[in-house]
Amino acid sequence: MSIAAIAHNRFGLGARPDAGAVADPAAWLMAQFDGFAPRPAIITALPDAAAMTVQYRDNLRNLRRLGIGGIPRQPGDPEPPTGPEAQAMAEAEQKARREAFRAAYAGQVRARLALALDSPAPFAERLVHFWSNHFAISTDKLATATMGGPLEFEAIRPNIAGRFGDLLLAVTRHPGMMFYLDQAQSIGPNSLLALAARRRNAPRQPGLNENLAREILELHTLGAGHYSQADVAGLARALTGWSVGGFVRRPLGLDAPAGQFVFQPAWHEPGPVMVAGRRYDQEGEAQARNILADLALHPLTARHLATKLARHFVADVPPPALIDRLAALYLANGGALLPLYQALVAAPEAWAVPLPKFKSPWDWTISAMRALGLKDGPGNGRVAIMLNELGQPVWRPGSPAGWPDAASRWAAPDALLRRVEVAGRLAGLAGGTDPRRLAASVLPGILSAATASAIARAESPGEGLALLLVSPEFLRR
Amino acid sequence: MIDRRALIGRAALAGGLALHPALALAGAASDRRLVFIILRGAMDGLAAISPVGDPRLERLRPQLAQPPAQIGALLPLTSDFAAHPALKGFAGLFAAGEASVVHAVASPYRERSHFDAQNLLETGGNAAYALKDGWLNRLLPLLPPAPPPVAISAALPTLLQGNAPATSYAPSRLPDASASLKARVAALYEQDPLLHRLWGEAMATEMMAGNQDGPGNPVALAATAARLLAQPAGPRIAVLDHGGWDTHAGQAVRLAGQLRQLDAMIAALKSGLGQAWSETLLICATEFGRTVAANGTGGTDHGTASAVLLAGGRVAGGRVHGDWPGLARLHEDRDLRPTTSLNAVLAGAVAGQFGLEPARVVAQVFAAAPAPAMAGLIRS
Repeated sequence: MSIAAIAHNRFGLGARPDAGAVADPAAWLMAQFDGFAPRPAIITALPDAAAMTVQYRDNLRNLRRLGIGGIPRQPGDPEPPTGPEAQAMAEAEQKARREAFRAAYAGQVRARLALALDSPAPFAERLVHFWSNHFAISTDKLATATMGGPLEFEAIRPNIAGRFGDLLLAVTRHPGMMFYLDQAQSIGPNSLLALAARRRNAPRQPGLNENLAREILELHTLGAGHYSQADVAGLARALTGWSVGGFVRRPLGLDAPAGQFVFQPAWHEPGPVMVAGRRYDQEGEAQARNILADLALHPLTARHLATKLARHFVADVPPPALIDRLAALYLANGGALLPLYQALVAAPEAWAVPLPKFKSPWDWTISAMRALGLKDGPGNGRVAIMLNELGQPVWRPGSPAGWPDAASRWAAPDALLRRVEVAGRLAGLAGGTDPRRLAASVLPGILSAATASAIARAESPGEGLALLLVSPEFLRR
Repeated sequence: MIDRRALIGRAALAGGLALHPALALAGAASDRRLVFIILRGAMDGLAAISPVGDPRLERLRPQLAQPPAQIGALLPLTSDFAAHPALKGFAGLFAAGEASVVHAVASPYRERSHFDAQNLLETGGNAAYALKDGWLNRLLPLLPPAPPPVAISAALPTLLQGNAPATSYAPSRLPDASASLKARVAALYEQDPLLHRLWGEAMATEMMAGNQDGPGNPVALAATAARLLAQPAGPRIAVLDHGGWDTHAGQAVRLAGQLRQLDAMIAALKSGLGQAWSETLLICATEFGRTVAANGTGGTDHGTASAVLLAGGRVAGGRVHGDWPGLARLHEDRDLRPTTSLNAVLAGAVAGQFGLEPARVVAQVFAAAPAPAMAGLIRS
């Protein structure tokens, strides 16, 4: 019986009371990739990265015009207004901007939540969340305030079951990632644009930004300690010219629709580069593409990804033998991800009890809402606030490293108290549910006698539900 | 997640207690009000309303027959019964003829599960989960038109669920985890070393920081209910939840706290209702009583009969109703014997309050577990 519970809770996002029996959990998990919808209607109905880029650009323009936010004026900009009206205008502008961001962010969180609560493919959805955290951006920058959703919906969802190299490329080219790690304005020191600027003696000389290159090497592919500063410099040079349409600088920039990937030849640093011991002679966009393709298939990348996947599905400190197996399989299959998922599902280590993983606030909230049978609804806007209180605001880990995937980050006294309070609130929304029956149905074979009896002895059904949600076996997966 | 009604309720409250649109429909045709407080967890009726005239009480529960000295002395109601010292306001209402008690009351339920018993209390049925709607919802078609009744909680309790419209209304900040839930969480984590340590630290920190009563505490919720009911065009029926009565350990102190809070809720209702208090009936009922004898941890375990408290300007007050069974013979040798059907009390009280034919209330509201409606609870 615990096999079904593990399939639902460790691999999926938690059992729903209407889940029904799963005859062959492993087959059920792997079949989900056939039914997984990368671009469901709830996502396509939202403004996409292009729309969010336009919003960001218009915001920048307004801030510049009003002389607020310290954004340098450009030639031709009118004098910023002054006096008390200017102050009022600036405040109104800030307020409107914050409201627009809040509304866009809330819509994205609600869509993510709706899918997590009700998708027929919870294992695939969990992998979306996993890769979204692997390629984390954080919405605390002006440029990325509303890019958390678009990056996940457009670059990650369509690529979770293909090759890692395609996923890496899609994320790297996405405006969310380029804005977050300052790639959109990275310009080669010997590019046509830089040479022209030097000739003109322009007040701002364009230059290279290594941020994205470093995080690709450290976080997305090889891993910390497995690359040198020379590798960073090489990849950063190769990436120059990779940018986002809508911010063109004439006369040397190509026009492209706002928010779309564009390669700007005039920004690209010419010449060969060395990365991870290989030389890349290609011209233009192909250079970085070739580097990314090689990085994706590097044995260190294989180990890095194998370790993170094993940590997510098996234990905070994953068994080395499993990491070795996964890494070898990854390389043998040319970086295909599906065989890795298949191997995890087949790994005896992944079906161990007692439950090894302490749920993150996101995991716990989703599984709690699923257990209570909750689905999409307008009130779900409050969940974003709840996740703030629980310590894991959606798409806002504050760093490109994403959220740590270990109990040490989440199991803390105050965090536990917050969960108990939230459990009480959530339980209050599920009137009329018998917690005894629910506990047995969402934790089959895992519910301990002690928890079952504590739930049965609770003084009200609401209290029983709250106890179920904060029980040791529900806090873990 | 979140119940649409609760959400709208919260939004409305944030706007300064403006009324939920559904609550502000056409004014009610009657001025009569009903407030129901569900006492979840099983209130010890023998401690709340003590049969001081029964000499066996002292013998059967020596540690609990008298409240500890620091809490105060029992407050005599009649020659045979006294209120717990924490029910000071209630005892005052009793003396003024605005409160009464029905003792040795129980629903048809004779087992000892809180959930099942609360389900019967709320559905008025004969078996747990047999009825899908609450008895108070079934009463609504018999009443003059009025805005829908309101539960002061995030979700609609079973008591108000059913075909007739009912709504719920919760303040923006719901109560923090209750003391009862926290105590049970502590027990739940005893065998889990990590969670046990974390929870201990969390509780120690919280104790140092001091507990504050926010706008979500039960007394504030009672005041909210009163303000809604006091509006001339507002709802006529409100339901409040009050948990924490499951006093298996350390009952003397815990129960005093519970009763003090209930007493404050009643006071908040009376003061918030103002003039409308004279048209109000308040019913406080629990799912079952508790054992007569104390257990080994200074508490009591799940029992059978308990007491129903009534208050309000419409109550035929100053009386302890019911047929006192005495303590000479106990139900299953442990519990106060039930002599009055809970449904009889409920039917009699609401029939009297709303001027309905008692037999009609029994037939249409309590058909699954009928009992002749108790007479004389409400002023005529």
